[in-house]
Amino acid sequence: MKKVILSAFAAATIALGNVAVTGPAEAASGVKPPAQEWSWTGPFGTFDRASLRRGLQVYSEVCSGCHSLNLVAYRALGEVGFSEDEIKAFAAEFEVTDGPDEEGEMFEREARPADMFVSPFANDNAARASNNGALPPDLSLMTKARFNGPDYVHALLTGYEEEAPEGVMLMDGMSYNHYFAGNQIAMAPPIDDDSVEYADGTEASKDQIARDVVTFMAWAAEPELEERKRLGLKTMIFLLVLTGLLYALKRKIWSDQH
Amino acid sequence: MAFKFFENPVVKWVEYRMPVFSFLDHSLGSSYPTPKNLNYWWNFGSLAGMILVIMIVSGIVLAMNYTPHVDYAFESVERIMRDVNYGWLIRYIHMNGGSAFFICVYIHLFRGMYFGSYKEPRELLWIIGVFILLAMMATAFMGYVLPWGQMSFWGATVITNLFSAIPFVGDSIVTLLWGGFSVDNPTLNRFFSLHYLMPFVIVGLVVFHIWALHMHRSNNPLGIDVKGPEDMIPFHPYYTVKDLFGMGVFMLIFMFFVFYAPNFFGEPDNYIKANPLVTPPHIVPEWYFLPYYAILRAFTTDFFLYQIVSLGGFLMSAKLAGVLAMFASILLFLLLPWLDRSKVRSNRFRPINFWFFWIFFLDCLFLGYIGGKPAEGSFIIMGQIATTYYFAHIILIIPIVSILERPKPIPESISSAVTAAGH
Ligand code: HEC
Ligand code: HEM
Repeated sequence: MKKVILSAFAAATIALGNVAVTGPAEAASGVKPPAQEWSWTGPFGTFDRASLRRGLQVYSEVCSGCHSLNLVAYRALGEVGFSEDEIKAFAAEFEVTDGPDEEGEMFEREARPADMFVSPFANDNAARASNNGALPPDLSLMTKARFNGPDYVHALLTGYEEEAPEGVMLMDGMSYNHYFAGNQIAMAPPIDDDSVEYADGTEASKDQIARDVVTFMAWAAEPELEERKRLGLKTMIFLLVLTGLLYALKRKIWSDQH
Repeated sequence: MAFKFFENPVVKWVEYRMPVFSFLDHSLGSSYPTPKNLNYWWNFGSLAGMILVIMIVSGIVLAMNYTPHVDYAFESVERIMRDVNYGWLIRYIHMNGGSAFFICVYIHLFRGMYFGSYKEPRELLWIIGVFILLAMMATAFMGYVLPWGQMSFWGATVITNLFSAIPFVGDSIVTLLWGGFSVDNPTLNRFFSLHYLMPFVIVGLVVFHIWALHMHRSNNPLGIDVKGPEDMIPFHPYYTVKDLFGMGVFMLIFMFFVFYAPNFFGEPDNYIKANPLVTPPHIVPEWYFLPYYAILRAFTTDFFLYQIVSLGGFLMSAKLAGVLAMFASILLFLLLPWLDRSKVRSNRFRPINFWFFWIFFLDCLFLGYIGGKPAEGSFIIMGQIATTYYFAHIILIIPIVSILERPKPIPESISSAVTAAGH
């Protein structure tokens, strides 16, 4: 009977797991994106710093023309190896509205490390107006907001088709993408081979660019990831020892009962 | 508890004025006799209690940094994740704690069903447990709305809208729940307030649950009454250490999810800020609500159970029938002590009911699976079959089997059974 219970329990766990992992929303998106290798998966994973730097470059030179990154502050870059001066200089390229000053006027000033990444548009309507009516979503949580987020974004960026397959009518201003739900996406292919020139000399293939910007986005979505895994390891070791000791104690206390 | 302890002058002073220490000793100390044959399924009660404490502590810390306003709620949760010291840890503990709580309570509940713990004289204990489950569901539902993601918003919209199916007063109830004419800022505010309140209601219910437990004490895997002191051991140290060990194992698994797969139980859509203008393609509740969601959606106009309960569509709409069935699926548990006529508690001695128990268990899992699938094609039919079986099990199979079944011979006493098993 124990076996029955155990196998039923295992079945239960697996069934529940399936429900949770392949939640229903998956059916809504297009084809399942191919799985990629990422530096930050696994119990000891960390963000590849060089890739992350290149990813920031891609975001700044390409994506930030349309997409905001509202939840990330410039200062956060300090956690992944950017120096204070670099961050200051980077932020200073952008302008934010501040105020009111002593005269009661609003004024423009250079962004500071404590500011959030400055958005390309003043508001959603302005963003739609310059994008054919479509709203480019904020990218701060993008990799957490889709099933298999990092794989999905990588596939999306590299999954464009120049011409829609026969029989598919594309609406005006739309592009054909294998991985976008419904296949018609209002974002024109944002990257191609050599659409950026990397400061560190890495060859800028389309795939490389997509990998780098996804690395950057994954960090933006989960800046706590490395600390989480480090603390996780310590916690697991602690709990393992504690539980082992409790088990030994339990055996000892119960030894007069068997 | 050691007698030395009670000789301490400070302890004596307190005891004379308010006997807290002997109260504790009688509640979970050496003066609380417990059946000696409890197995590890008996750990899940103390585990649920531990998670309740974890939820309250982590929740209160979250509330210090959370802003219940539609314009700031989503951002304030992200600030907790990014800027509050160890905010990500507290939030992930609370988020996964909800799932852990339901896992423990569901195991606890099926344990009670398997070993017949709901039977005389523990009916009230069982009934209070069902109310705890209902209170947990309300708490978790409102908590899920607080981060104000897409699933928060649309889940709240779908579920609150169900109440509109109630005749005459339905629309007024929905308006009252919303505090307006749609899920909006007033809704978020009242849900936050109630989400803070409900856990303390649960604590109150747990006190009554334990009170009732202490009257007739734990049931046991054999389901027979204790016959004398030879069947029992003091709770402390035997079960205190066993519960602590169980907590260690549980924390290992729980913390694994918190640190290494914190979004395993979550929906990606909830990392998109709520937007009343964009409906997600599939609105799904948290996993622990999926079986009820499947029952709710099984009630379409052509479902024969609906045709029966509504007298051919005359009495009520399919929507109302679904809502009633969903509540009935839990409320019927209240009647379990009387639906089950068998005097034998443990399924170890109930050869037929044993199998029906496991079929019912699988049926519940299957309903959960269906609840997560879109209501289309064969999923509808499968959901309706599983729903029918669910109610047939409780209303028909349990009473009939309990009357017809011939139980296996019951051991004389716990200690005789233990000796016979060669321990
Ligand atoms: C010319 C403006 C523009 C640029 C540049 C741009 N995007 Fe987009 N992006 C859009 C628009 C518009 C949408 C909305 C598409 C839709 O809803 O059909 C979008 C949508 C997306 C989505 C969401 C897809 C989904 O599943 O909903 C992702 C991810 C994305 N962009 C990533 C990027 C990345 C990474 C870059 C930089 C390499 C980038 N975009 C550059 C305009 C742009
Ligand atoms: C019975 C115990 C409790 C249960 C089952 C429960 C359940 C939940 C759930 C499921 C969420 C959504 C998590 C998410 O997806 O982010 C949540 C959020 C929240 N809960 Fe609780 N909770 C409990 C107790 C408490 C208590 C006592 C407080 C104290 C005020 C609290 C405060 C909060 C806050 C502020 C949030 C929003 C922040 C967030 O989403 O992370 N909770 N709760």
